[in-house]
Amino acid sequence: MRGRPVSADPLVAALCAVLGRDRVRDDAAERALLAHDASVFAGGAAGPVCFPTSTEEVRAVVRIAASHGSAVVPRGAGTGLAGGAIPLGRPVVVVTTKMNRILEVDRDDRIAWVEPGVVNLDLTKHLRPLGFHFAPDPSSQQACTIGGNVANNSGGPHCLAYGVTSQHVLALDVVLPDGEVVRLGGLDAEPPGYDLRGAFIGGEGTLGIATRIAVRITKNPPAVRTLLLAFDSIEEAATVVGRVVAAGIVPAAMEVMDRGITVAVENFVHAGYPVDAGAVLLVEVDGPEAGTALDAERIAEIGRAGGATSVRTAAGEEERALLWRGRKTAFGAVAQIAPSYYLHDTVVPRAALPQVLRAVYEIAERHGLMVVNVFHAGDGNLHPLLLFDPREPGTLARVHAAGREIVEVSLAAGGVLSGEHGVGVEKRDYMPLQFSDVDLDHQNRLRRAFDPACRANPGKVLPSGHSCADIQSLERLPAGVWA
Amino acid sequence: MTAPAPDGALVRFAREVGATGPVAVEGGRTRWDTGGDPAAGTRLLRAPAGIVEHRPEEMTVRVRAGTAVDELHDELAATGQRTALPRRGGTVGGALAVGENDVCVLGRGRVRDAVLQVRYVSADGVVVTGGGPTVKNVTGYDLPRLLVGSLGTLGLLAEAILRTNPVPAVSRWFRAEGAVPFKAFDALFRPSAVLWNGCTTWVELEGHAADVEAERRALVAATAVAGGWSECDAGPVLPPYRWSLRPSELRRLHEAAPGGPGAAGGAGGPGEAGEAGGHGASIGEPSGLGELVASIGVGTVFSSRPAPPRPPSPALAALAARVKHEFDPGGRLNPGRSVDPAGSVSPR
Ligand SMILES: Cc1cc2nc3c(=O)[nH]c(=O)nc-3n(C[C@H](O)[C@H](O)[C@H](O)COP(=O)(O)OP(=O)(O)OC[C@H]3O[C@@H](n4cnc5c(N)ncnc54)[C@H](O)[C@@H]3O)c2cc1C
Repeated sequence: MRGRPVSADPLVAALCAVLGRDRVRDDAAERALLAHDASVFAGGAAGPVCFPTSTEEVRAVVRIAASHGSAVVPRGAGTGLAGGAIPLGRPVVVVTTKMNRILEVDRDDRIAWVEPGVVNLDLTKHLRPLGFHFAPDPSSQQACTIGGNVANNSGGPHCLAYGVTSQHVLALDVVLPDGEVVRLGGLDAEPPGYDLRGAFIGGEGTLGIATRIAVRITKNPPAVRTLLLAFDSIEEAATVVGRVVAAGIVPAAMEVMDRGITVAVENFVHAGYPVDAGAVLLVEVDGPEAGTALDAERIAEIGRAGGATSVRTAAGEEERALLWRGRKTAFGAVAQIAPSYYLHDTVVPRAALPQVLRAVYEIAERHGLMVVNVFHAGDGNLHPLLLFDPREPGTLARVHAAGREIVEVSLAAGGVLSGEHGVGVEKRDYMPLQFSDVDLDHQNRLRRAFDPACRANPGKVLPSGHSCADIQSLERLPAGVWA
Repeated sequence: MTAPAPDGALVRFAREVGATGPVAVEGGRTRWDTGGDPAAGTRLLRAPAGIVEHRPEEMTVRVRAGTAVDELHDELAATGQRTALPRRGGTVGGALAVGENDVCVLGRGRVRDAVLQVRYVSADGVVVTGGGPTVKNVTGYDLPRLLVGSLGTLGLLAEAILRTNPVPAVSRWFRAEGAVPFKAFDALFRPSAVLWNGCTTWVELEGHAADVEAERRALVAATAVAGGWSECDAGPVLPPYRWSLRPSELRRLHEAAPGGPGAAGGAGGPGEAGEAGGHGASIGEPSGLGELVASIGVGTVFSSRPAPPRPPSPALAALAARVKHEFDPGGRLNPGRSVDPAGSVSPR
C-alpha cells in the first residue's frame, strides 16, 4: 500500500520501519478480520497486524512490541477452534502466512525444514513424488499451517497409528517472548538437555513464535485398505472400534459418523455412504501388503460380529479418495442442516464411547438442540457438533450449557478436555475441572520460564489467577462459524 | 471432577520427599552416572512400586515409578503388549528420568512419545499431575514430555501412565557381513532396527510373517552381499556409551570404515551442520568413537568411549536454567546432577 501516510502511532511507525509499510496493517478492516479465528468466540481486539518473512523480522517485531509494552499473538491460518489466535487486549498480531517456504528436504535424515506458514497439505503434496508425507493430517489440512499444527499439537484421522504433531517435529527455531532466538530439539537421535521442544509443542502461541520447523517425513505405505462399515446404531459402531483395538490391531484411522452427518455428507459429496444406517465406521489400515490385507479381513469380521449391516472395501485409489472426501468435508456439509455449529473436542477411554455418546444425545435433547457426531473414534476423540441458529434468542446460552455438560460427562468417564483443538480461551475456565491448583501452578511455571513478562498470547490456556491469564475476559457471543 | 486424587502410596512418598534438604530417588542404579552423581549429603529415597492398572483394550498402563521395567514388560507380555521402555533392568522411573530409547526404537517408538501422564513430587513436596489418562490429549502444557529425560531435576517421578503397543506376530533378526547398511535401511519399509558395527549389519524385522519374509527378500535383493544374510537370535552387544548423531552423519563413519566404500561409494555426503546456534552434534573424527554400533536411520552410536559434552547455546542454557529455577528454586532435587553435563544448566 504505497502512498499511505506513516502512522502517528509510535508502535506502528517502529514496525513499519522494519517491515515496510505494506507489511504492517493497522486499518480497522484488517484488525476486525483478525479479531476472530474459526471458533465461535468473539471479543478479540487486534492491534497492528504484521507479516514478517524471516526469523530476523519476527525477532525485530517481538522486540519492538516489548519495548512498547505490547503483547504479541502469533497467527497461522486462523483455523483454530479454541480461540487460540484471538487477540486479547490489542496485541501486535504476527501472521506467518508470508513465511511459507519449504526450505529443505533431507531423505537421509528423513526430515524437512519448513517455515511456519507452510500449509499442511502443501507439504504433503511436495513430498508425495519423493515417496513421503507429513503424517499429521487435520481435517483442515488444506488451510492450516505447520506453525499452527505445532502450537496446537494437532492431530488428524491418521494420528491413530502415526501419532500427533509432537511425534513428527524434531527441532524448532523459536523467537522467545524476550526476542532471543533458540533452537529447541535437534536432528540428532537424542538431543541433550530438557525436552524443551516437547514442552513448546502444544504451547498455543504462549511460549514464543516458531519460525523454522524440522518435521519428520514418513514413508508412504506400500499398501492401503479402506473400509466403510454400516451399523444400525452409533453404539454398535463405537463398540466395534474398541474391539478392533482390543484384538491387537492398530489401524491407521478409525472414524465414526452418525446418521445426521452421514446424510448431510452424502447429499454434499455423493460418495455412496449408506443414508439408512444409524452410523458408519470408516477404517483404514496401511503398511506392508500381507498384514494390511489380513488386518482388513479381521476388521471386517469383527465388524460383522458386532452387527455391521454392510462392509464396503474401497476397490481402488479413486474410491478410497471418495470415501475420505466424505469424512474430510463433513464440517462443510453441516451448513446444509443449520446456519451455525459449535464443535466440541473431548477424549474418553475407547471403552466409554458408547455410554458417553448416549449421554451426548441425551444432553442435546434436553437442551432442545440438534447434535451430530463425526469423530476420531480410534483414539476416543469425540467431536459432537451442536447445531444452532444464532438468530434464535437464547439459543447460545443453551449451546454453552450443553457444551459444559458434555465436558463434564467426558471427564467423569475418565477423559480429558481436549484431544486436539487445544484450550485457548474456549476451555481455559474449564481447566480446574481436570487439574488441581497445584497442577495448574506447575503448568504456569513452565509458561513463566518461557515468558516471564507475559508478552506472548496472554489470556490463553491457564485460567484466571495464574500469570498472564487476566488480560480481559472474552464475551461469549457467536460470530457465526469459521466458514 | 479433577483427576482422581493421588492415593496413599504417592502421598506417603511426597511426605518422605518433604520440602527441605537435598533429595534424590534411587532406582535400579543401572544408569546412575547419567548427568553426574548427586552431591554428597543428598538423601536417597525409593519411589513407590507396583502396576496400578493395565487396560489392554485402551493400550495404556498406570505404573508406579519404582516398578522394575522387567516386571512391567512381563505383565504386558501376558496380554500380547509391550512399551517403548528399553528392557535392560532398572525401574520405570529411572528409565523415564533418563529418557533413553530402546535400541529398536524404530519398532518400539520413542520413550517420550509413550508417556501420557506423569505424577511427580515437586520440590515443595506435593504431588503434581501433568498430562492425562487418554491416548490423545492436548489439555494444557506438555509436562510429561518435559519430565522425560529431566534426570529428576524438576520433580521426582512417582507414577506414570504409558501407552502400550501390540507385540508383532513375528520378530526376526538377520545379519550379514559387508552389507551397506544404508542400502538395507532404504530398502525396508519399517525395520525395527538396522545396526552396524563397521563390518557386520544386523536388521530386526517385525510384523506379520508373510510381510517379514517379503522384507527379508527385499533386504537380500537390495544389498547383494557375498555371504548372504543369516538369521540370528538377537542384535549385537552394545558398547556402553551413547553418542547422539544425525542419521546422515553415520555415512561419514561408513565411508571411513576399513574396507569402506570411500567418498566415491557413499550415496551422498553428510548434511549441513545445525544452524541458528543449535547444538547439532558433530562426530569429529570417526576414529574417536572407538568400538561402535551405529543405529542406522536413528543416529545413536553406541561406543566404547564417552561422547564429548555438547554445551547448549547461551540463550538455550538461559532458558533451561529458568525452567530449572521455576521447578526447583532451591536446587534441592538431585543437586549436582545436570541434564547438561557441561554444567551450564544449574539453578540461578
Ligand atoms: C474444518 C476444521 C477442521 C479441523 N480439523 C482438525 C483436526 O482434524 N485435527 C486438529 O487437530 N485440528 C483440527 N482443526 C483445528 C485447526 O485447524 C488446527 O488447530 C490447526 O493446527 C490450526 O492451524 P492454523 O494455522 O489455522 O493456526 P491458527 O488458528 O492461526 O493458530 C492456532 C494457535 O497457534 C498459534 N500459532 C500459530 N502459528 C504459530 C507459530 N508459528 N508459533 C507459535 N504459535 C503459533 C496461535 O497463536 C494459536 O494459539 C480443524 C479446524 C477446522 C476449521
